[in-house]
Amino acid sequence: MAFFDPKRARLIFGLFAGVLLLLGAGDDAARIDRIGHQIMCVCGCNQILLECNHVGCSYSSRMRDELTAAVTRGDSDNVILQWFIQTYGTTVLAVPTKTGFNRIAWIMPYLALVLGIGLVVLILWMWKQRPAPANASATAAMRRTDLDRFRQQARRETEL
Amino acid sequence: MAEFGSFVLLLALALAGYSFLAGLIAIFRGQGSERLTETARRAGVASFGAIFIAAVVLVTAAFRNDFSISYILHHSNRDLPLPYKFATLWSGQEGSLLFWSLLLSGYGLVLRLRHKTDERLFAHASVVIAAVQVFFLLLLNFAAKPFAMTQGGVPADGNGLNPLLQYPEMVIHPPMLYLGYVGFTVPFAFALGALAMRYPGEKWIHITRRWTMVTWGFLTVGVFLGAHWAYSVLGWGGYWGWDPVENASLMPWLTGTAFLHSVMMQEKRGMLKTWNMWLVFFTFWLAILGTFLTRSGIISSVHAFAQSSIGDWFAWFLLITLAVFTLVYVKNRSHLKSEHRLESLVSRESSFLFNNLLFVLACFTVLWGTWFPKISELATGKKVTVGGAYYNTVTIPVALLLLLLTAVGPLLAWRKTSLESLKRNFLWPSLGALAVGIVLVGLGMQPWKEISYFYALVAAMLAALVALTVISEFVRGGRVIARHTGQNLVTSMGRLWHRNTRRYGGYLVHFGVALVFIGILGTPFNREAEKEMAFGDKMALGPYTLVCRSYTQEENPNYASDLAIIQIFKGDRLIDTLYPESRFYTASQQQQHVPAIRSTLQEDLYVVYEGQNQDTGRPIIKAHLNPMVSWIWIGLLVMVFGTILALFPNAAPLRAAVREIVEAGVRADPAPVGAGD
Repeated sequence: MAFFDPKRARLIFGLFAGVLLLLGAGDDAARIDRIGHQIMCVCGCNQILLECNHVGCSYSSRMRDELTAAVTRGDSDNVILQWFIQTYGTTVLAVPTKTGFNRIAWIMPYLALVLGIGLVVLILWMWKQRPAPANASATAAMRRTDLDRFRQQARRETEL
Repeated sequence: MAEFGSFVLLLALALAGYSFLAGLIAIFRGQGSERLTETARRAGVASFGAIFIAAVVLVTAAFRNDFSISYILHHSNRDLPLPYKFATLWSGQEGSLLFWSLLLSGYGLVLRLRHKTDERLFAHASVVIAAVQVFFLLLLNFAAKPFAMTQGGVPADGNGLNPLLQYPEMVIHPPMLYLGYVGFTVPFAFALGALAMRYPGEKWIHITRRWTMVTWGFLTVGVFLGAHWAYSVLGWGGYWGWDPVENASLMPWLTGTAFLHSVMMQEKRGMLKTWNMWLVFFTFWLAILGTFLTRSGIISSVHAFAQSSIGDWFAWFLLITLAVFTLVYVKNRSHLKSEHRLESLVSRESSFLFNNLLFVLACFTVLWGTWFPKISELATGKKVTVGGAYYNTVTIPVALLLLLLTAVGPLLAWRKTSLESLKRNFLWPSLGALAVGIVLVGLGMQPWKEISYFYALVAAMLAALVALTVISEFVRGGRVIARHTGQNLVTSMGRLWHRNTRRYGGYLVHFGVALVFIGILGTPFNREAEKEMAFGDKMALGPYTLVCRSYTQEENPNYASDLAIIQIFKGDRLIDTLYPESRFYTASQQQQHVPAIRSTLQEDLYVVYEGQNQDTGRPIIKAHLNPMVSWIWIGLLVMVFGTILALFPNAAPLRAAVREIVEAGVRADPAPVGAGD
């Protein structure tokens, strides 16, 4: 039996190429899906490109074709997104970029969270520092056994 | 008919104007103005009658196909089914403002009829309501006239109702939403009135408690019905698109929910008085802001009404209300001092504070995202889009923290929580939640693969924690009662609820929230497929195989419909047949997809007939497989049920019972307080 069998080699090569093609096709579909969800349909429907389904939309089919063509050509994600921005304007991107002024869009909610937590902690600290109400000292002075008995009785009767 | 409608609207304005001015003068005069106050109250009551008649006139015009009224011409047609003719009232700008006015005057009517509860406070609240009524009636009389006449000749038929609105839920979704929006005017009116008159104590909160809960319930139903409508009608397979109008309904819901919680701090501990004032004000203000967003055209949205000058009216109204409230607050802020100190960081008080922070933060985030396109345009001259991915990124962590607090907060005691009670309350639920996480990972959920899977796993565990803490609370309380009364556990749990309806109704609402989260956490696992399907073609999606059996057409006076007949197989077994449609509405000349949905507790199979490929002429079928969605709607039902239960009066005032016990103990052993130790 010869070490190199051209028939078998062709078969293996064919299978290998087929698998690569399928993988490539899968990659393309995944890329189209991923990029298509980063782009808005610009007809005014306010929907993600791949989710725009309204009847008679004059943009979404064309934009999908443009996206498919760019992905098939092998353009990088960045090149594709830039092309869409050049063609349709900045509103074509589904979310603000994380550059320039648009950074504020992303920073602000987290900044508000940090400031809010700081404020809550400050308020809690201030509340803790408040002097105890006058009647609290009287309660504190009440006999511990009495209080324990009342607490237990109240808990037993009202434990809900 | 149009003239009569216009006349009663003018009359309503005069009555509301009198109610406002006379009421205000009576308040400033003080003693001896009882008669003036009474006339103001009666004018307010009468204004409801006038607005009600105006609404009846408009609906009657829709039923009578009176196209001489421009509003009816543009929002109805002869063949429109009767329920939708009724819904014409809130289908367009002018009608919806009239409907808003009607609801506001309806709330005002109830308030004014119940004035004996506290005449002075109610008189103040009535003035605030009348002021808001005047604003809406000014709009209706001068800027957005529902009875404006059709220009030129009167056409034989109307333009018809927007096809998107021709869906049964649209008959109830807007009224629910508006009842929620408008309803927050009442607690706001009481709050402003109480602040202006430096009302002693927290009685105004007790008076408005049910108002607030009912209003919140309506708003909740309205928001969820909107989501369900989007899911059932829009055909993109989702239920929440973070559209500005959806955001507009969510924002007052978030602050309203925060208010429902923080108001308990004021009731029980006399704390957060200033915060509650501002919270109820902003809830009211955000409801108006939402209306401003949709009417001004300042933010683009699929829901937006035609751009018109009434946006300016709303902007001025927002500014004036802010100025008035700020003025009253500055003048009377010394009245809002807190009465108690915080005894422990691990307490219900702290959890409420964090709960409020997260709700308000979520509201701020949504508001920020909604306005950012405008802010960016002003700052850089470039408009940007802020889509769903942005909101998902910034709001999901906050939502998960809120879910954690939903589980933890209610089981923390007021003042101080001991370690022993923490262990008693949380040990088993926490172990249960952990077990849920382990099982889900064992079943194949891979949280390390994508951030959305991680969020889904955390949400599942937290939802389980909420559900288990609620169940354990009911069971533990039920057992105590069962031990004392000898009744079975279920009856005992019923009695438990009846002892403190607000608390246990609230727990049920929390349980509903957990179910809603379970429904939402399926989103990262959505799948979809699309195919041009001729007769007999198959398309696989998850465990299902869709087989195209036929296409057919139907026609009625309102629309013509293309239907696909799709058989659904699971394995070899035929389990259902779905009929996704594409409708063409005759009057409006608009086309609309109507998806067909097969819902189970596990997943929804959502099939859309997308029309025909322009090149090949072959029909396109798109299918979505959305896991767990049904739990969102089930969660809503549980939330509504919990809200209704919370509205019932308690069987016996708990505090009184406790007081009796304590007093009995003191009588039995009358040792002087302060003695000993």
